Amino acid sequence: MSVPFLLFFVCGVLAVTGAILLIWAKEPIHSALSLILVMVSLAVLYLLLGAPFIAAIQIIVYAGAIMVLFVFVIMLLNAGAEEHTDFSRLAKYVGLPLGVILIFWAAYWLLRSPAGGGGVTGGLIAGPDSTQKLSKQLFQQFLFPFEATSILILIAILGALVLARKQE
Amino acid sequence: MSVVPISYYLVLSGVLFGLGVIAFVYKRNIITIFMSIELMLNAVNLAFVTFARAHDQLDGLVFVFFVIVVAAAEAAVGLAIVIMLSQNRQSLSIERINHLKL
Amino acid sequence: MEFISQHPVLVASIIKIAVLLVLLMTALAYLTWLERKVIAHIQSRWGPYYVGAHGLLQPLADGLKFLFKEDIAPPVTDRLVYTLAPFIAFALALTAIALIPFGPPSVAFLHGQAVFSVADVGVSLLMVFAITSMGVYGVALAGWSSNSKYPLMGGLRSSAQMISYEVALTMSVVGVVLVAGTLNFNEIIGGQSGPFWHWNIFGIHQGGFPQIIGFLCYLTAAIAETNRIPFDLPEAETELVAGFHTEYSSFKFAMFFMAEYANMITVSCLATILFFGGWLSPFPDSWTWQEFLPGAGLVLLGIYCAYDTVTEMRGMARIQLAVVTLLCFGAGLICLLPAVAAVILGPFWFVTKILIILFFYIWMRGTLPRFRYDQLMSFGWKLLLPVSLANLVVTAAWIAFGWGKHG
Repeated sequence: MSVPFLLFFVCGVLAVTGAILLIWAKEPIHSALSLILVMVSLAVLYLLLGAPFIAAIQIIVYAGAIMVLFVFVIMLLNAGAEEHTDFSRLAKYVGLPLGVILIFWAAYWLLRSPAGGGGVTGGLIAGPDSTQKLSKQLFQQFLFPFEATSILILIAILGALVLARKQE
Repeated sequence: MSVVPISYYLVLSGVLFGLGVIAFVYKRNIITIFMSIELMLNAVNLAFVTFARAHDQLDGLVFVFFVIVVAAAEAAVGLAIVIMLSQNRQSLSIERINHLKL
Repeated sequence: MEFISQHPVLVASIIKIAVLLVLLMTALAYLTWLERKVIAHIQSRWGPYYVGAHGLLQPLADGLKFLFKEDIAPPVTDRLVYTLAPFIAFALALTAIALIPFGPPSVAFLHGQAVFSVADVGVSLLMVFAITSMGVYGVALAGWSSNSKYPLMGGLRSSAQMISYEVALTMSVVGVVLVAGTLNFNEIIGGQSGPFWHWNIFGIHQGGFPQIIGFLCYLTAAIAETNRIPFDLPEAETELVAGFHTEYSSFKFAMFFMAEYANMITVSCLATILFFGGWLSPFPDSWTWQEFLPGAGLVLLGIYCAYDTVTEMRGMARIQLAVVTLLCFGAGLICLLPAVAAVILGPFWFVTKILIILFFYIWMRGTLPRFRYDQLMSFGWKLLLPVSLANLVVTAAWIAFGWGKHG
């Protein structure tokens, strides 16, 4: 039981607990907090996998900006506890067992996957200058998608501004 | 070679994705459904980073970068739509937001 | 013993975390003392004077007060979030300090673990920004869960201010990253080695551009990030009662209070590392007499305390100040030992630079009025962000075209 294995186990349990709490919580703010827990434990897992840049980006962008947006919207709309009506009984008695079956089926087949064991030592992505190499790839090989996503963000900003403006 | 076998990370990714699907089907609040989509995207990100580590390629990390950026844009626009919807219908339950016409 | 040799990283980290926690909590307490004294002297009065000699036991008295005060809990709707918010704020504020190197990484113990930094990741600068960007949650959740108008407004305003200035904060630092070529703190400091004109704020080392505008943008954004005057409208007493922490009392309020000071220390540490050379000394390394500076400084402090004991103090304060004098002399003599002097020089310069920046923070609090909220937001988006972007563009052009390199 070495330290990396222990850390993986703890973070995995935290992530699954957060996901289950997301389903189980009655208030949306509790769901948001459990999703933040999932994201932070996933960031630690990315660190374990040797991708520190992606871990930092996950916390800065996902847990530190997107989830802040969710929390603000929940506060703004004063979203209260959920209401349940008749229709959700179908989801409860059919959807939930099927979902659990999906999880176990996926876990079983992924555990038997031949990708286990990994390749060479992670010299490329876990090395000391992986960030420099990643940014070189981003700006040389993937330059067009990079610029396209900048335009996408601009469109999203404009869209959000137009949609959330008070209708006069 | 990571100390933890790669398949363990994939199992965790699959479990998180499945839980995201369950949350999507089971919950009634539109913001919580949105959050379950983000959970599914996170599970997929974990799978990408795992495979990047397994094959020692940086392309997986680049894809994760783009998934995060696109999720940010999608969350911004989606939440703006949710705010507008809730102001029109005065409710956040998807059972009340099921007419195309206002 | 075998456990230590098998897990040197774990054992060394636990020891370093314990020592750092103790030192950090003491530093937080005495930072409040320093703030009250400096603001008092700016306002022509004396500040805490009676609790211990020169008010030195005032932080202890304040801590005891916070512990024993009655915990008044308002009728909140969501007790979990109400209790969780100060813990989140405090935990995140303390976590960021783990990434800061207080001295050179060459000083090692326990099978080669660097003494002066708890964690050395390849992207430490991004990690510190990640942790500070999560600090918005403490404020937003506290304001919302307090179930009251003033905390809600204060919390929303404060968190909007924090996320706005976070963008300018990150942008103003990218110039330094361009000059240094790396995101790692130890390498950024290593790139500034030499006498003080090699520091990043002058930036002429390694063909960079002087980062003085970057430093000014960073300092302004950092003051706004930590909700200090002149940017503290969301928690000002005359405006919104106490902002997002109105409904908190005793220990939870103490946690918000300490989180604010810990954030101040973190951004000062960052400013020192990025712009002023971290633990490097301003004098050239060939001046070996500077090893005796910490010891000499402490002995001088001891002499001043001795003078004060003999002439000014009476009674209990005299005894306390005599103890302080003896402590200063003892610490000074320990620092004069050659074995200790070589090691302590890095942290000494680091702490000195942090104290100068913190003094500047406190000085601004005592001197300036506060911004109105709309002025604050338009300043952050319309002035600070374009200026830091312009700094980034000019630095990038300078380095790309190689105008700074000689030959």
